[in-house]
Amino acid sequence: MIKIEGVSKIFPGSKIPAVDNLNLEVKEGDICVLVGPSGCGKTTTMKMINRIYEPSSGSIYVNGQDALKMNPIKLRLDIGYVIQEIGLFPHMNIEENVATVPNEKKWPKDKTKKKVAEMLTLVGLDPKIYGKRYPSALSGGQRQRVGVARAMVSDPPIMLMDEPFGAVDPITRARLQNEFLRIQERISKTIVFVTHDIDEAIKMGDTIAVIRNGKLIQHATPSDLLSAPADDFVANLVGRNRSIKRLHLIRIHEILDNVDRLKPAIEDLPLDDLKKKLDESDIRSVMVVDRDNKLKGVIGVADLKRKVGKVAADFVQEIDQAVTDDATLNDALSVMLECGEGFVAVVNEDEQYQGTITLGDLLNVVKEEG
Amino acid sequence: MNQLIGLAGAIIVCGNQSGPASLFSRTITYIGRRKDIIWELLVEHIYLVLVSIAIAIVISIVIGVMISYKTGPAIVVLTVCQILMTIPSMAMLAFMVPIFGIGFTTGVVALILYSLLPIVRNTYTGIKEISPAIVESAIGMGMTEWRVLTKIKIPLARPVIMAGIRTATVMIVGIGAIAAYVGAGGLGELIFQGISRSNEPMIIVGAIGVSVIALAFDFILSWGERKLMAISKTGEVK
Repeated sequence: MIKIEGVSKIFPGSKIPAVDNLNLEVKEGDICVLVGPSGCGKTTTMKMINRIYEPSSGSIYVNGQDALKMNPIKLRLDIGYVIQEIGLFPHMNIEENVATVPNEKKWPKDKTKKKVAEMLTLVGLDPKIYGKRYPSALSGGQRQRVGVARAMVSDPPIMLMDEPFGAVDPITRARLQNEFLRIQERISKTIVFVTHDIDEAIKMGDTIAVIRNGKLIQHATPSDLLSAPADDFVANLVGRNRSIKRLHLIRIHEILDNVDRLKPAIEDLPLDDLKKKLDESDIRSVMVVDRDNKLKGVIGVADLKRKVGKVAADFVQEIDQAVTDDATLNDALSVMLECGEGFVAVVNEDEQYQGTITLGDLLNVVKEEG
Repeated sequence: MNQLIGLAGAIIVCGNQSGPASLFSRTITYIGRRKDIIWELLVEHIYLVLVSIAIAIVISIVIGVMISYKTGPAIVVLTVCQILMTIPSMAMLAFMVPIFGIGFTTGVVALILYSLLPIVRNTYTGIKEISPAIVESAIGMGMTEWRVLTKIKIPLARPVIMAGIRTATVMIVGIGAIAAYVGAGGLGELIFQGISRSNEPMIIVGAIGVSVIALAFDFILSWGERKLMAISKTGEVK
């Protein structure tokens, strides 16, 4: 889908090439993550694909066509583009921002409008609420979502993303990553994704290309990169605690079936039954759900003494952070550390309770994999 | 500001003469007697300023946009404009006469030259201050250079450009009075004739008229500027 052959880039006034004879192939539907220290040439490499920078030598094929011989405007219209700063247009509202490429392609008005609303919904922003707002009225995470929607609106087969989730806090970032991977499962774009964060690379990438000083050091699947780093540099990059890094590769739903855990308490469970249930619990806590299996909160042993009541609902403590079942084990670990608890509740997209993961479960996974 | 000082000066002149009451009443009589010609010169003055600023806006925005693409020429052009500004208006008009003769055209050309710097400079800075990320994502999504300019750069730079236009307009209302010296017409005629005939009411009417025009332009343009600011404020991200 994307083929980079012997590409070099020397910026004017510089003797050292920013990108040095680089070869890389990205298969259709794959996310290829370019990773490396800052200034290593990963962004330059990405920006040569849509010819923001022109290569000094070498050739680039996009979808079988020689990108360097194509009209750059035509080339770019079919490549989604998200940069770290997002670059939303401050004088246009969200709808107008997302409609940028359709307007350049001169789509009919109603088609654009429909597609824009569809894209905003896809990235989790209600077009009725956010469509007429201006970028300044949005949070960092929302802006990033708009950036992604804007890049995908014309359904380009290829997307270039330069640290698209860079400028938000870690928890929002994890959520955006998971949402994006969920969308990607449906739309299967060919994506070149740039990051300096190896954890993000392992999580997002179907393949990872490690770049240093403008040279490609290793291009492999995340799993291979962790088990067989090509040299000391790559080994250093992925770090010593590689078994912990594997937590990025495993999704929660993959291990949930193997975890034998107590059934949750329904919220109207009488106190005596609740006590019995707590005695059986290995984490001295019981999750509480309503009749529709929706997570209400948690009851710990201590909560029984602190409060008076007759049924489970009287004791329940709200949970700040639950994880979705498509999050990675690493996301689960972060939430546990964040909340200072040894367990975390897992819900699906509709907030239905799916199970509970404990620190012990994660240790078992690391032990088995290691 | 200059106009305010002018206004204050005019009032002080009134006070220092043979008797404030008599000068004041003489001025009123003068206005009553010559209101046709005063009105005509006032309109002429506004016309002179409007023609000059209209042409200057077109020229300056084109130049400002062009130099925003290249740093080297930008410095040269901005320096030349800066130098033009420092030439005293009398000298500037004197230079113009051999080329354009005496009359309206000479005044317009001189006023255009004076308006260049504020508008060119503000167009240039307005465009340069736009975050590179915004421009890059516009290009990266496949906008042509022309579309980036008209859809992104100019709209975002508009409040700054407007501020430049306002500065230039108010400034050339004042310089426009001197343009009467080369026969460009306007309220300057009253001032010059008043001086040569020692006719104080004439001078005062001319000076106050110029101040009123300047204040009016300043008021209207700053109102327009605030409107534009309000539009881009809703979406201000830096």
